[in-house]
Amino acid sequence: MKRFAALIDRLIYTRSRNSKLALIVDYLRHTPDPDRGWAIAALTESLDFPAVKAGTVRRLLATRVDEELFRLSRHFVGDTAETAALLWPDAPRAKAELSVSAAVDALAAASRSDAPAIVASLLDRLDADGRYALLKLALGGMRVGVSARLAKQAFAQAFDVPVDDVEELWHAIPPPYAPLFAWGEGRTERPDLKDVAFFRPFMLAHPLEEESVDLADYAAEWKWDGIRVQIVHGGGETRIYSRGGEEISGAFPELVAAFDQDAVIDGELLVRGEVQGGEAASFNALQQRLGRKVVSKKMLADYPAFVRVYDLLAVDDDDLRGQPWTERRRQLEAFVPRLAASHFDLSQVIDATDFDDLAERRAGARDAAIEGVMLKRRDAPYVAGRRAGLWYKWKRDPLTADCVMMYAQRGNGRRASFYSDYTFGCWSEAGELLPVGKAYSGFTDEELKWLDKFVRDNTLNRFGPVREVEKSLVLEVAFDSIHSSKRHKSGLAMRFPRISRIRRDKPAEEADRIATLQAMVT
Amino acid sequence: MAKAKTWIEPHSSGIYVKPADLWIDPSRPVERAAVTHGHADHARSGHGAVFATPETLAIMALRYGVDAEASHNQAFVYGDGFERGGVRFSFHPAGHVLGSAQILMEYRGERIVVTGDYKRRADPTCAPFEVVPCDIFVTEATFGLPVFRHPPTGYEIAKLIGAVRAEPDRSVLVGAYALGKAQRVIAELRGAGWDAPIYIHGALEKMCQLYAVHGVDLGELRLVSETDKAEMAGQIVLAPPSALNDRWSRRLPDPVTAMASGWMRVRQRARQRMVELPLVISDHADWDELTTTISEVNPKESWITHGSEDGLLRWCELHQRKARALHLVGRDLEEEA
Repeated sequence: MKRFAALIDRLIYTRSRNSKLALIVDYLRHTPDPDRGWAIAALTESLDFPAVKAGTVRRLLATRVDEELFRLSRHFVGDTAETAALLWPDAPRAKAELSVSAAVDALAAASRSDAPAIVASLLDRLDADGRYALLKLALGGMRVGVSARLAKQAFAQAFDVPVDDVEELWHAIPPPYAPLFAWGEGRTERPDLKDVAFFRPFMLAHPLEEESVDLADYAAEWKWDGIRVQIVHGGGETRIYSRGGEEISGAFPELVAAFDQDAVIDGELLVRGEVQGGEAASFNALQQRLGRKVVSKKMLADYPAFVRVYDLLAVDDDDLRGQPWTERRRQLEAFVPRLAASHFDLSQVIDATDFDDLAERRAGARDAAIEGVMLKRRDAPYVAGRRAGLWYKWKRDPLTADCVMMYAQRGNGRRASFYSDYTFGCWSEAGELLPVGKAYSGFTDEELKWLDKFVRDNTLNRFGPVREVEKSLVLEVAFDSIHSSKRHKSGLAMRFPRISRIRRDKPAEEADRIATLQAMVT
Repeated sequence: MAKAKTWIEPHSSGIYVKPADLWIDPSRPVERAAVTHGHADHARSGHGAVFATPETLAIMALRYGVDAEASHNQAFVYGDGFERGGVRFSFHPAGHVLGSAQILMEYRGERIVVTGDYKRRADPTCAPFEVVPCDIFVTEATFGLPVFRHPPTGYEIAKLIGAVRAEPDRSVLVGAYALGKAQRVIAELRGAGWDAPIYIHGALEKMCQLYAVHGVDLGELRLVSETDKAEMAGQIVLAPPSALNDRWSRRLPDPVTAMASGWMRVRQRARQRMVELPLVISDHADWDELTTTISEVNPKESWITHGSEDGLLRWCELHQRKARALHLVGRDLEEEA
């Protein structure tokens, strides 16, 4: 538990992704099985001990520490696991090292009635850092900024194996992943995934930078503004994975239930919006459904989800990923009618006559759910990751608006000494500036230095980490789309706003009006 | 025996000693002030006459200029004191920072000790705390919750040195309060064998010199403002906490941000301050030191001045010790703890 406790302690205070990666790589290389497997499962929130909950810990603490002192401490610390770890009395005797796996075994074996005694005996064997690690492992809510994707990359880096293989195997093997480590260390063959609903790494696209491509070589499809998903049916179960290989089946039970074919599809998850007359709604609507553990009936009714399918990776035990797009497409078109039309439809190929025609249609597309155009090489197999020349995304040109900087906030990590997050606004009819968005990217390092100096030299007020500035600087802000929002006073919310230019030449009074932005709402 | 309540009055701006017409650590200018130590929330400028240890007077002179050096001020070494209005005042080591003192008052057979701020563990930059038996013990409670247990100082110093050695291309920037904490961290580093020059922010320079004049050897210190960026790679840099995320830090080579404070015990506190390397080093007593001290002093009554009074009050209640909270204002706990 010492090594694991030290790892999470370091991860908490490490802000850079690469440093986090290095810490996990080191841990995986130098920790034996099965501890490292349980540790990585805990970091990625893949463990659950139904008998051990925050209430168990609170009640247990009441037997060792005065309740009032616990309450005062909990209030100050703000986290039950940390408070308990700090308050639990140190055992008087030197303790034999408790392994992560011994702790996991004990927690997993606990019933509701003996859980307090089991947790107590584990806590008695640890120091404060170890107790923190144990309670976070038991209760979840680790909050150390380690995604499943980061964990897989760490694994790949630690054992010098392709991250794509790790992606595939990860979801097929339960914690503590012993066969995965055995394979990573070259002790065994790659595990066999027959009859498992495992995740296949996505094929990704580069932004289109060429002037044009020949549509004889490339097929064009709409790029939908939802979330990319893979639905896998295998070994009798259906799973939905999102871009990072995170399983999101729980948030979309109706899709899991409706997908009953032995196949693997790639498509866009969208929500049918009322306002669109039953058409695919904007990303905003979809956000209502994301990240929910429990989905109410009302949610299902108000925001019905469906998948617009654009690729078929496997069907009836046949892996199609080696086949060219043309062949996969032919099989896809034959396959989609086997799915329930209520929840699945086919993403159509755009039958443009030539590239100019395509450009014209792209410019004319005003559907809220269309983000641009995808170009897919007709003879290309389905390969993991981004490969040059195979798939292109050709997003709609961003919208822009001239806004006035209103507030600035310090950034994180490398940018901690810079005011790098800017809130900006546009003019209301009454001549008042109302915030319309916040951006922290799009500028060069030189521009950042200039902006930081502007903030410091033009500060009107300080509110903790936030500074209000003189409303004199115009920023040209680019964004992918803009939506109505009740959260903001301006009634607007931008998607992917970024600073495209600093308009030192433009007087603040000439920045855009709220009404101009409202006209761009989709 | 005199009844304390008849001759000593706690006010929100300090403790007033009636027969002597004198205030202890007043937060506003008064005619006569006895001052426990040089931190700004205890030692203010503008008093008529100040009674304190020579070190505390020197610190006040450095911070506030001539008014603290005036001839009507009086300096007393530890164990020494004065009498005024029938009250006998004396100064005793508090172990908090250089010159810090507990003030013992004796009046008509009753003894009251005001601790100011204190700690119990060893500190190479100041005299150790002495237990002074008394009837009423007026104690601080900065870390008056059982979650605050400071680890051994040597452990935290080893962590700091380990972090510097682990990344020789970066400097480690330690946020440490300018009076006391900074000098203590430097002295602890020296004690642990760190002989390289230590680089400091300009705001620490004069206080470090003052410590050296008073016999605290801090080894070679260099000013960041007079040093090449590259020279500070693999080195330790000290600055006041306010400079940690300031523009000033850009002159250091890719600094790891550390902070030496008792608050670093709580992870979310450290994260909020964007600290990458929390060092739990405090000049205030932790929970065990607070409760042990009350047991050892064994007063008839404890008065709790500032910090987490509720926690320490609750402990006194559980241990059947008489206690009350004084609500003093203007005690700034965040920065120097």
